[in-house]
Amino acid sequence: MTEPAVPDPDRRVALVDLLDRVLAGGVVVSGDIRLAVADIDLVQISLRALLSSISALPAARAPSEPNR
Amino acid sequence: MTDEHGVWLYAVTSRRGGQEIPKDLSGIAGEPVRPVVSGDLVAVVGSVPAEICGEQALRAHLDDLDWLAAAARRHDAVVSAMVGRGPVVPLRLATVFGDDDRVRELLDNRRADFEAALESVGGRTEWGVRAYGDRAALLAAVAETAAPSAASSGTAYLARRRARLSAEETVQRDCARRVEDIHAHLAGHAVAGRRQPLTDPAVSGRRDWMLLNGTYLVDDDHAGDFAETVAVLDAAFPGINLELTGPWPPYSFAGLDRESP
Repeated sequence: MTEPAVPDPDRRVALVDLLDRVLAGGVVVSGDIRLAVADIDLVQISLRALLSSISALPAARAPSEPNR
Repeated sequence: MTDEHGVWLYAVTSRRGGQEIPKDLSGIAGEPVRPVVSGDLVAVVGSVPAEICGEQALRAHLDDLDWLAAAARRHDAVVSAMVGRGPVVPLRLATVFGDDDRVRELLDNRRADFEAALESVGGRTEWGVRAYGDRAALLAAVAETAAPSAASSGTAYLARRRARLSAEETVQRDCARRVEDIHAHLAGHAVAGRRQPLTDPAVSGRRDWMLLNGTYLVDDDHAGDFAETVAVLDAAFPGINLELTGPWPPYSFAGLDRESP
């Protein structure tokens, strides 16, 4: 499990697409462990993880040409 | 769960489809993926070390984006490997049971629900469609139709400023309406469609103006039509760009606890 998280926007978007589905979609059943983590919003967790990874990116990676 | 392992659920399928788990398929911890069978239902599972799937371990791992991204890809790889030979109901990431008996208990208790879910996704595939607005192009198009005079007096400046504000309102309104249309069109070519929350640009790292994050369950027989519809809609609305993603396992449409709108 050492594959790096992906900084470039296109691949980030693809990752967000995937996380949106595997964390917010799929069948929800109460696994023995899920019962224990039911109070955790998995989507919030993934957002937090994604955001903290972005703030760790070098500033130079920020797009130089915003769309607005 | 035992002290050493938990049973990680990837998906539920039916033996009636004749699906077999590919021999070399491995799961999120590199463990062999195996079936747990009850009647016609087959749970696709792996025995995952407690240091990965124990409650404390999970809490810590889920905060780690590298881990989360890798786990999501591997979970998805197992689910995707099962798709294509018959209906598959994907389980949400991090569904863990103590042992195989508890998994069989789940299949027994929810048999009717799983069978209905398998029925509803059979021969169908999920496709995602994201729409992005090119704000500059959309504003320019509106401004062109209501170009104020080029005079440089204060009055003209105010007029231009008003026009600019009203152009932005117009663009917002037009886009909202067009996106409604686009979603309705796409849903009309699908069995079910759903608008997901828009992705925060801070999360995606992409500055584009996201207008639609839709996902659709499409009959496999109509997959070509659906892709063509996306292309037609993409061309029909200059300034609004559509991106098709997929094929996806039916993550958004297999919920036992939800119904499609």
